[in-house]
Amino acid sequence: MTWETVVGIEVHVELSTKSKMFCGCAVEFGARPNTNICPVCLGLPGALPVPNRKAIEWIMAIGLAFNCEVSERSVFHRKNYFYADLPKGYQISQFDIPVCHDGYLDVTVDGETRRIGIERAHMEEDTGKSTHVGDGGRIHTAESTLLDFNRSGVPLVEVVSRPDIRSAAEARAYAQDLRAVVAELGVSDARLEEGSIRFDANVSIRPEGAETLGTKVEVKNMNSFRSLERAVEYEIERQISVVEAGGELTQETRHWDEEAGVTHSMRTKEGSSDYRYFTEPDLAPMAMSASWVDEVKVGLPELPAERKARYSNEGLDSDLAGVLSGSPAEIRDIYEVATAEGADRRRAANWLTGEVTAWLRRTETHPTKLSLDGPQLAELVRIVGEGLVSSSAAKEVLEGVLLGEGSPRAVAKARDLVQISDTSALEKIVAVVLADNPEAVDSYAAGEQKVVGFLVGQVMKASQGKADPKLANQLLRQKLSS
Amino acid sequence: MTLHEMTIAEAGGRLRAGEVSSSDLLEATLDRASRTEAQLHAYLTIDRERARGAARQADAELEDGLDRGPLHGIPVALKDNMCTRGVETTASSQILAGYIPPYDATVTRKLKEAGAVIVGKTNLDEFAMGSSTENSAYGASYNPWDISRIPGGSSGGSAAAVAVGSAFAALGSDTGGSIRQPASLTGVVGLKPTYGTVSRYGLIAFASSLDQIGPLSRSVEDAAFTLEAIWGHDPMDATSYAGEYPNLSAALNSGVSGLKVGVVRELAGEGYEPAVESAVSVMVDKLSDAGAAVVEVSLPTFDIALSAYYLIAPAEASANLARFDGVRYGHRGEGTTTESLMARTRAEGFGPEVTRRVLLGTYALSAGYYDAFYGQAQKVRSAIQEDFARAYGIVDVLVSPTSPTVAFEAGARVDDPLAMYLSDICTIPSNLAGHPAISIPIGLDHQNLPIGFQVMAPALGETVMFQVAAAVESLAGFADRPILEELAS
Repeated sequence: MTWETVVGIEVHVELSTKSKMFCGCAVEFGARPNTNICPVCLGLPGALPVPNRKAIEWIMAIGLAFNCEVSERSVFHRKNYFYADLPKGYQISQFDIPVCHDGYLDVTVDGETRRIGIERAHMEEDTGKSTHVGDGGRIHTAESTLLDFNRSGVPLVEVVSRPDIRSAAEARAYAQDLRAVVAELGVSDARLEEGSIRFDANVSIRPEGAETLGTKVEVKNMNSFRSLERAVEYEIERQISVVEAGGELTQETRHWDEEAGVTHSMRTKEGSSDYRYFTEPDLAPMAMSASWVDEVKVGLPELPAERKARYSNEGLDSDLAGVLSGSPAEIRDIYEVATAEGADRRRAANWLTGEVTAWLRRTETHPTKLSLDGPQLAELVRIVGEGLVSSSAAKEVLEGVLLGEGSPRAVAKARDLVQISDTSALEKIVAVVLADNPEAVDSYAAGEQKVVGFLVGQVMKASQGKADPKLANQLLRQKLSS
Repeated sequence: MTLHEMTIAEAGGRLRAGEVSSSDLLEATLDRASRTEAQLHAYLTIDRERARGAARQADAELEDGLDRGPLHGIPVALKDNMCTRGVETTASSQILAGYIPPYDATVTRKLKEAGAVIVGKTNLDEFAMGSSTENSAYGASYNPWDISRIPGGSSGGSAAAVAVGSAFAALGSDTGGSIRQPASLTGVVGLKPTYGTVSRYGLIAFASSLDQIGPLSRSVEDAAFTLEAIWGHDPMDATSYAGEYPNLSAALNSGVSGLKVGVVRELAGEGYEPAVESAVSVMVDKLSDAGAAVVEVSLPTFDIALSAYYLIAPAEASANLARFDGVRYGHRGEGTTTESLMARTRAEGFGPEVTRRVLLGTYALSAGYYDAFYGQAQKVRSAIQEDFARAYGIVDVLVSPTSPTVAFEAGARVDDPLAMYLSDICTIPSNLAGHPAISIPIGLDHQNLPIGFQVMAPALGETVMFQVAAAVESLAGFADRPILEELAS
């Protein structure tokens, strides 16, 4: 039997507002434990929540960026459960009327673009952080648990996809694209390693063509895009092997073990947990007026999907447009300036997404530290077009520019990379090459046209790569035919 | 008249005339407390030293010409579910034994800013759940009119203190009648203002959508003074009312001529003591004689208000009390796992009535029961609001007994929760609607036990409510004070 993979992803995004969701405490990663706390986020008797207006605007921005509708009226609920790092014994969250609903994100894998539905984006508060001390850091074996409430009450947006994802690669692409948009909006640090963006996957399988959904397994603890992809891949295979061996799947939550590359059962859900949701009586319903929504919409930056469409319209092919639109802002800014100065768009984009990006990765340089600017890239494209340097020498010129040696023209001169385009200088080299390769000359005379390519190579070698290959080709043919 | 029997208005007059000092008022109050506490147990904490400091400061300020208004230099008490920075606050629960808040409730701050001298913290039913102040982990309070009886609840300590003179006024909290019913049973004035007008920040929550802080006092005018000191918009409470607030002082001498008064048909009959019914009907006649147009009004949903209340209030309480888990503060039970520590903490820390309501509320919110219980109760709540709206289309205020009975014997209803719950049958509808209501003492029954008269008004209708309340007070001419044999201090 062929199995179809069905995946939905829940993303938690910690907003980087100045203050917490319901109190004035600072939102700050890495602060000394229990320093950004007050009666409200500690759940002291008598303390009351007051919503952070900025956080509401930012969740609207996230929803709008994913093509969601913004509800006119939205309600906070209490989600009740006991946990040591949940100070009130309930989390202020949302239930049936989230701030945003019914959006989508278009995701491309191997050239195929699919639309992943987004069911909702709702507002909630983060919990404190438990650190289990002793013996492996797992709760059941720990000797003690340390609680840090700095994170308690940090605004959290949960974005829930529909079960529209059909492969592990697509799950990864969805997560990456979603993170890119959130980072672009500037509403979150969106750092996986700091936990400011977190992904859980709901994975199930069903026979190809089936309408109903299979038994859902929630997989947690993936802290990189790669581990998300691996975890989903593993889980699909595990589920298929269970079912094909005649077994039955249980609805449960599983923990991804990065090192072992497997998922472990964490807890089995008997039906769904009963969180006894009810309307938060300490907070009035929120009203999102059309004018408020418009205000947020106007303030949105250009998002990756819009940018990609623009690049395509400007003449880049789809792949290149996609890669460039997902590149860091510094790279895109260089592109904008260089093309505004008249640089060929495709060539400028190729330099940036190819050589420049590879150099950044190789030298582990942050894009903000780039010494290349827009006018310099425009100059590089221009001198290659003019034949001042060869395409291969241009890579060396770029390296010089990236190392801060000056403008492309200056580097080409300083590193002696200017092409020999002077006929008389090149004629001398051609003569030497022909003299050194009598067999080739004979072959040409016998009608072997392709031997010219070999001879051009010899000229390039003799000129240490500086010869203009077009001119060399032309001169060689003249000499051989005469 | 001795100092401890005066109203705030009288004491304030003497204070400003230089005849007494705030320290004199405080010492009279403390002396009265030390002679009556053994019998009444109105207070959980009396903070003599801080109070003396505050009184000295009030005197110094007056001397410097700084007059903070009617409460300046006046000894008042706070129900022990309102946070006081540096002073133990327990909500009468074992689970908060020894808990010292790091911050002042907004009402505490406002009382201090108004120059009031805070004497101490008064006893209550644990987490304000009860109608007799017998559900206190620290022992019951008793009624100064008859110490074999309860003072009502849950603000029974505040009511007893004001009635006996160990505070000039006190704050209570009213979720289903917890200010008005004890006021009625102890012969003092007590009122619950419109929901949202007094900040709940720092009030240990029982049922957030119903809880409202208000004053207990020895006169309607004193209630107005106290309310004006504590109400107003508070950015720390997202349910705080931000609009314009009613004017109270203008209302106190206007009379009732031309007003329409509705007598609630459903708040009479079976379960109402004849003495209560007859005192109320005498007062209604007096209002009519004073120029009010009196009509009988029917609000049929009042019959199901109690049932709705006992789903909504416990449901909210079940979540509000979840924070008491022994992890961060208060009592902590022994446990080898987080779950067992929390379970033990709560089993040891909560009394039987609190446990009953937490379980009831948890059940009412559970999957599969939500619609039948909590959801249905919310519909009843809306229907009650509609009933009120219809009535206020016809009349300016509604009147009724505050409590169907006078103060009952201690222990009489402890084993019968339903009988206890019926104590609040007249007061609950105003909480469900978020409306203001006040209880004014109008007389004594044959056993010398006080009877209270309730005036209800629409949201933000405090002006007309005070107008009628002042008239009721003057028509009743109630001047009796409890005769309690003082013990040597």
